[in-house]
Amino acid sequence: MEILIFSILAIVAVVCSIMVICQKNPVASALFLIATMVSLAMLFLLLNAPFLAVIQIIVYAGAIMVLFLFVIMLLNLRRDEFGPEKRRAQRFFGILFVFLLLIGMVTVIEVGIFGSKSTETVSEATAPAGVEPLAQLLFTKYLFPFELASVLLLVAIVGAVVMAKRRL
Amino acid sequence: MMVSSSAYLILSATIFTIGVLGFLVRRNVLVMFMSIELMLNAVNLAFVALSRQLGSLDGQVVVFLVMTVAAAEAAVGLAIIICLFRNKKSVNVDDFNLMKW
Repeated sequence: MEILIFSILAIVAVVCSIMVICQKNPVASALFLIATMVSLAMLFLLLNAPFLAVIQIIVYAGAIMVLFLFVIMLLNLRRDEFGPEKRRAQRFFGILFVFLLLIGMVTVIEVGIFGSKSTETVSEATAPAGVEPLAQLLFTKYLFPFELASVLLLVAIVGAVVMAKRRL
Repeated sequence: MMVSSSAYLILSATIFTIGVLGFLVRRNVLVMFMSIELMLNAVNLAFVALSRQLGSLDGQVVVFLVMTVAAAEAAVGLAIIICLFRNKKSVNVDDFNLMKW
């Protein structure tokens, strides 16, 4: 049953992410990206990480993608401004080398990481799910990165305003 | 029957590869930016899968921080794109060659 759900979600994620880079219209790309993110959120649920699944939908599919769509609408692109994308050589070499990259990564995963059968078994003492253990870790062991993230968000807010405003 | 972690890692590698391909092939700066988000998401999936494999929550905390960085990056990056569009009236990266030697 879990394998069936995983297969469906994996196919949806891969097909939607291919559609993201194949669409001519950026709005369609953004909508397919939202579909990819929602299916990844479902995969997080399957991986016993419900908090991250909710955060994925709220932050990624909600906030970031609304920002994307807002900017696409704000730029108000006409059909001819999407421009010609005729670069045969670049497309050919891109696909070729990306295919080699995929082969390399799959080889590393299958031979390098899971080659020795002893590490294949998922540890039975699975980590506890839910918000509380994650918060426990976030506010003790990872307190400094957490505080740093808040400073980073402040810098991003200031930077975005300075950048996008015509004159202050 | 649990899905093995290597299946999740291969899915993650596939989505990452599609993101790299989009970044290399497309010329529209908005779609290139979306490809970067795709790559970040693929890495997040790998982190969560390995977090389950190792039975620890550290990977999920890292994913939380990656999402924060992605949000900051999206805000600043889209502001830069608005700035570029205002100056060049284009979203094609071939037109943004001011800092090219």
